[in-house]
Amino acid sequence: MKSSQFKIRARQAVGDADLRSKIKKATGISLLKREQVVSEIADWEDLRRRAHELRKETVDNIDSYLRRFIESARRNNAIVHEADDHKTANKIIYDIIRRVSAHTVVKSKSMITEELHLNTMLEENGIRVIETDLGEYIVQLAGETPSHITAPALHKSKEDIARLFHEKLNIPYSDDPVKLTAVARERLRDEFLKARVGITGVNFATADTGTLTIVENEANARLCTTLPEVHIAIMSIEKIIPSFDDLPLFLKLLPRSASGQRMTSYVTCINGPRSYHNPDGPRQLHIVILDGGRKQLAKHPAWKEALYCIRCGACMNICPIYQSVGGHAYGSVYPGPIGSVITPTLFNMKDAQDLPFASSLCGACTDICPVKIDLHHHLLFERREIVNRGYKSSVEKIGMVLWRWIMLSPGRLEFAGRVGWFFRKLLGKNMPAPGWTPHRQFPRIPLRSFRSIMRSDKKHGK
Amino acid sequence: MRTPHLFVPCIVDQLFPETGVAAIRLLRKVGCNPYYDPRQTCCGQPAFNAGYHDDARRVAEHFIEVFGNASEIVSLSGSCAGMVKVFYPQMDLPEVLKEKVHEITSKTYEITDYIVNRLGVTDFDVSYSGRVAYHDSCHIMRELRITEEPRKLLRSVKNLELVELDLADRCCGFGGLFAAKFPEISAAMGEDKLASIQRAEVDLVVGCDNSCLMHLQGLANKKGIELKTKHVIEFLGDLIT
Repeated sequence: MKSSQFKIRARQAVGDADLRSKIKKATGISLLKREQVVSEIADWEDLRRRAHELRKETVDNIDSYLRRFIESARRNNAIVHEADDHKTANKIIYDIIRRVSAHTVVKSKSMITEELHLNTMLEENGIRVIETDLGEYIVQLAGETPSHITAPALHKSKEDIARLFHEKLNIPYSDDPVKLTAVARERLRDEFLKARVGITGVNFATADTGTLTIVENEANARLCTTLPEVHIAIMSIEKIIPSFDDLPLFLKLLPRSASGQRMTSYVTCINGPRSYHNPDGPRQLHIVILDGGRKQLAKHPAWKEALYCIRCGACMNICPIYQSVGGHAYGSVYPGPIGSVITPTLFNMKDAQDLPFASSLCGACTDICPVKIDLHHHLLFERREIVNRGYKSSVEKIGMVLWRWIMLSPGRLEFAGRVGWFFRKLLGKNMPAPGWTPHRQFPRIPLRSFRSIMRSDKKHGK
Repeated sequence: MRTPHLFVPCIVDQLFPETGVAAIRLLRKVGCNPYYDPRQTCCGQPAFNAGYHDDARRVAEHFIEVFGNASEIVSLSGSCAGMVKVFYPQMDLPEVLKEKVHEITSKTYEITDYIVNRLGVTDFDVSYSGRVAYHDSCHIMRELRITEEPRKLLRSVKNLELVELDLADRCCGFGGLFAAKFPEISAAMGEDKLASIQRAEVDLVVGCDNSCLMHLQGLANKKGIELKTKHVIEFLGDLIT
């Protein structure tokens, strides 16, 4: 899947009324729940501002916070690996798994591992990867990718899931969510007990204490971090927050924004592997820290803001474009507004050049973002970069020059308007205009423009 | 007497001249002497939003030349007022124009904001019998944070029942060039808005941006859905006799 095919896939998705109604229903429920729990907090705007400042502080000084986090984590007896790029990260992870001769790994939800295409790499090397988050389990069974960063199977109805389980797990058809969940739970329990390696992502990594914090609702991440003898936590550098004391602020913002919960069912804080004084947990804790172009992005005066993201997914829920096309159309690991900001700047601007344009610039994303990322303005300014890099067609460029030529003269604007009037008169309301009239009737063009009315009024001394 | 310079964006000039005529009528009614400079064309937003900042800058320079000496600038589009107030300061303009832009930015008003907050007028002593919904266009709502001003003006109309749309803060799908670049998505968003309008069972939808209304009207006409749309100012101006 590539972002370069956005237009084609978006058109298909919009035409799929069933898909659209599923997405609208799911995002609508999330937004409603969010609204309720956000309205309980009187100083929500204050929290957003504070979080924004903290994220800025961290990203501006990412090298120093990274060093501090690594020192703290090592003090906790975690084994820390730094990976400059995706390939290196994958190799590090594979080597850890191979050293313990594991054939199966259990895995909880992690967008970074999606970014790494970790599952594909491991499976190619003969290792079974079991997704244990229910949504991810569904997506994996279906052979798909997540369509939303916090609700990976958002594009599926319970009937879709019932059919999938019936086919892939050989169980009688039932669309009762309780039954379906029980089936997944039973299958997964076995895998948890067998697996020798558990892989998770990280929501927050605190620099002063070296603590990894994971928020979730199903306890599958906690099982991944406690049952297997080796836990590999994978994070990108911007998961770091300065202090453990900052955690409550982010825990107020994240679950409310993501799933409309005051708090997720489970919050796991991990300070290291098992030790003499702390006999629980895995024998080894590996932390793999991915840069993947982020240190470079952190230096950009505007786009560094993309690294403030705490991956709540609220911008997707509120985005009318996401609601209309769903996550898969974007062809990127990160869909929706934040995906359209981050995919061109962090990965490949040429491939993803349509994404910043796929926005009406309505700004709903910016208003909902819990860390106040100026999302829609970033989309706007990325467009300039895309034009400056010469990715646009010469037809469009010529069109813009023509537009400018017209707009630099009131006479030419009036003339262009009159030409429009003439054709509208000639062709009537069915006058064609590419991009406009397949869906909308061409507007009426009045006989006289405002400037023309004013001209004759002046003549008549009005 | 105040002499606000009318900023009549290209779309209003060429497609919705009645909005301009109504604006003059309304402003005169409350003791202003609006001035129209026919040299004006466009604020540059289409090119700016398309990423062609050089082309946009040239047109913006023309705007600055035309409006540089105005005491007050009153825009007949929320979106175009947003372009001037929010984005002109972020343009790569020559140093000599930067100060001028700062000045222009602070004296540019969207027209309902101007009438309500600058002139302190909220009542034109007019009457209309019917159910009317106000459509919040995104740029006036989120770039300029104007939501109450047009509603205040509408509430003052006797016998008018102001109806709030469900999902009122959801974009209608116009988005300038977005509407033509991604017509299917734009139309899908517009259909959602039309459905919300139909649920509200109103006689008329008014707004502060003719372009959004043009998109919705065009969609409705194509689908054979009955819909009447009008700029708030044109609606109020038509009620004054």
